[in-house]
Amino acid sequence: MGSNSLHVLKGINFNVNEGELVAIMGSSGSGKSTLLNILGMLDLLDKGTYDLDGVPIKDLDETKAANYRNKFLGFVFQSFNLINYKTALENVTLPLYYQGVNRKVREAKALEYLDQVGLKEWATHLPSELSGGQKQRVAIARAMITQPKVLLADELTGALDSKTSKEVMALIQEINKSGKTILIVTHEEDIAKMCSRIVRLKDGVIMEDKRNKMVKAI
Amino acid sequence: MFSRDRWLEIFDTIKKNKLRTFLSGFTVALGILIFVVLFGFGNGLDNTFDKYFKDDALNTMWINTGRTSKPYMGYKANRQIEFDNDDLKDISSRFAFYIEGITPRISTSANVGYKLKSNNYSVRGVAPSHQKNEMTIMMKGRYINGLDVENKERNIVLGRLVKEDLFDGEDAIGKFVFGEGRSWKVVGVFQDDGGDNEERIVYVPYTTLQLIQKNTDKLRQIIISYKPELGYGGAVAFEDQIKKYLKKKKFIDPRDPRGIRIRSAAKDLKENDQFKSALSSIILFVGIGTLLAGIIGISNIMVFVVKERTKELGIRKAIGATPRSIIGMILQEAIFITTISGYIGLFIGIGILKLVGNTLEEEYFITDPYVDLNTGILATFLLIAFGAFAGYLPAKRAARIKPIEAIRDN
Repeated sequence: MGSNSLHVLKGINFNVNEGELVAIMGSSGSGKSTLLNILGMLDLLDKGTYDLDGVPIKDLDETKAANYRNKFLGFVFQSFNLINYKTALENVTLPLYYQGVNRKVREAKALEYLDQVGLKEWATHLPSELSGGQKQRVAIARAMITQPKVLLADELTGALDSKTSKEVMALIQEINKSGKTILIVTHEEDIAKMCSRIVRLKDGVIMEDKRNKMVKAI
Repeated sequence: MFSRDRWLEIFDTIKKNKLRTFLSGFTVALGILIFVVLFGFGNGLDNTFDKYFKDDALNTMWINTGRTSKPYMGYKANRQIEFDNDDLKDISSRFAFYIEGITPRISTSANVGYKLKSNNYSVRGVAPSHQKNEMTIMMKGRYINGLDVENKERNIVLGRLVKEDLFDGEDAIGKFVFGEGRSWKVVGVFQDDGGDNEERIVYVPYTTLQLIQKNTDKLRQIIISYKPELGYGGAVAFEDQIKKYLKKKKFIDPRDPRGIRIRSAAKDLKENDQFKSALSSIILFVGIGTLLAGIIGISNIMVFVVKERTKELGIRKAIGATPRSIIGMILQEAIFITTISGYIGLFIGIGILKLVGNTLEEEYFITDPYVDLNTGILATFLLIAFGAFAGYLPAKRAARIKPIEAIRDN
C-alpha cells in the first residue's frame, strides 16, 4: 500500500505449456509471489504482456478480471482461505455460484470433486472441524470445480507437516497427470522436485529454468 | 439482485453469523422502538395539553362588572356597575358583526333536591349560547333554549354528577326537582370535560332566575363568543371597542381600570399556542435525536461488519466474485436485516404505546400516546436508507481492495 513504487520483477520471459507442472522457486523477496499474483490476475502488471490460452490479458477492469479468474484460473493458498462459516461442500460450490450455476447442479458437482480429493464424508463439516491437509484438499477441490485452464498454488504446503505435504502433492500430481497445467510457488526443494519443471527466481529475474525428472510424492 | 440463489446465499450468511445479524438488527429495532415510544409519549403530552386547555371555547370573552375607583361625570367613586337585559340587546345589535353568541351568567347557589335527597349546588342563570362557551355536551335531553328565556320557564339542566347524586340510576328527564322553594322541570343532563366541579352545576334560564331572586333585570356578567375568523388581532381590537362602548354607556372614567373588566381567551390562546409549539419542537427534537442516534449506531455496525468480512470478500473475489456482486450482497443483506428488525421495533413500540394507553395520564400527563403509522414507517425507512448508505461506502471500498491484500495472512 502507499504511493512508493517498487520494481519487483525485472524482465521475466517464459512460457508454460499445457500439462506442465511448474515449480517457481526463490527466496523471499525474489518476486515469486508477485509473479503468481500477476498470473492470477490478482495484481496488475505495469509493463509487458501476458497471454493465457492465446488470449491477451490486458486492460483488466475489476469485473473482467473477476470473470477471467472465475473461468480460467483456480487458486490454492498457503492459508487455505476457506470461508469459515461455510461447510466444505458450500466452499467448493462457491465458484459455481458466481458462474450462475443452478444450486442442485453445483452441489452435485461439488460432491463429485470432494469425492476426488477423498473428502466426500466431510462435506457437511466446517473448516474448523477439518485438519490442515483436509482444508487444503477442500481448497484444491474448490479450485478445480470450474475446470480451470491453470491451477495456481501459492506455498500450498507451507502450513502443512511433511507427511501431509506429500499427500497433497500426490493429489496435485494426480491432477496434473489428467492434463491440467499447474504452477506452484514454493521455497521447498522437496516440493520442487516433485514437479516437471523448476524455475528459479532471484531479485526479480530468472536464474535457472530447467526440466526436472518428476519425483513421485508417494 | 432478486434471484432466489442470491437470497439463499444471504439467508445462509445471516443464519451462520447470528451475533452479527443480532447486533445490527438489535440496533435498528431499538432505535425505532425508542423513537416510537418517545414520540408517542410526546404526542400524549400534547393530547393532555389540548384536553386541559380546550375545555372552554377559545373564542370567548368575559365581561365582568365591579365597583368604580374614580369619580366621573358627577358620579361618585366606588359605585357598583350593573348591566341589565337591555344592555345585552344593545351589545348584540351594535357589535353584530363580531358576535357569534352572547349570554349573561348569573351565578348563585341553591339547595336542589329530588324526593328525599338534596344537596347544595352551583346554579347558573344563562342563555342558550352559554352552551358553546363552556363546551357543554348534552348527554340526554336539551339545553336551555330561547323559549325558556323568553317565557321565564322553570326548566332546569342538570350536570352529570348532580343527576347521579339525586337520581341514581333513575331517568331524570321530565321529572321535577325542587329548589328555591319551587319545583323545576328537568329538561336535560350534560357532561363537561372540565372536571368534576363542572359537572356539579345546574343551569336555568337567566330570566327565570332574575324573576325569582328580586324580579329585576340586573346582570353582573356577560359572556360573548366572537367569530373565530377575527383571529387574535381582531379579537383584541373588538375587546378595546366594546370596553370603550360600555364605559361610555355606564359613565365610567375611561382611565378607570375598575368598573368593567374584560377577560378574553385571545391572549390565553396566543400563549397556549406558543407553549404548544414549544412542546412540539421538543418532541420533534427528541424524535430526530433518537433517529440520529439509531443512524449512527447502524452506520458503525455496518463499517464494522464490512471490516470483519474483508478477508471473506477477498476470497470471494479471488474465486470470481465481481465488485458489483460483492456490493450487492452486502447491501441486500443490510437492507434485509434493517427492514425486518425496523418493523419489529416499530410494532413493539406501537404495542407498548397501546399497552401504556392512559395509565400514565394521572401522574405524567400523558394521554393516549400514539404515533401515526406513516411517521413510524418513514422513520424505519430513513434508518434503512442510512443503514444501506453506511454499508455502501465500506462495501465499495472492500470491493475495490485487491483480493491478494484482503486474504493475506496478517
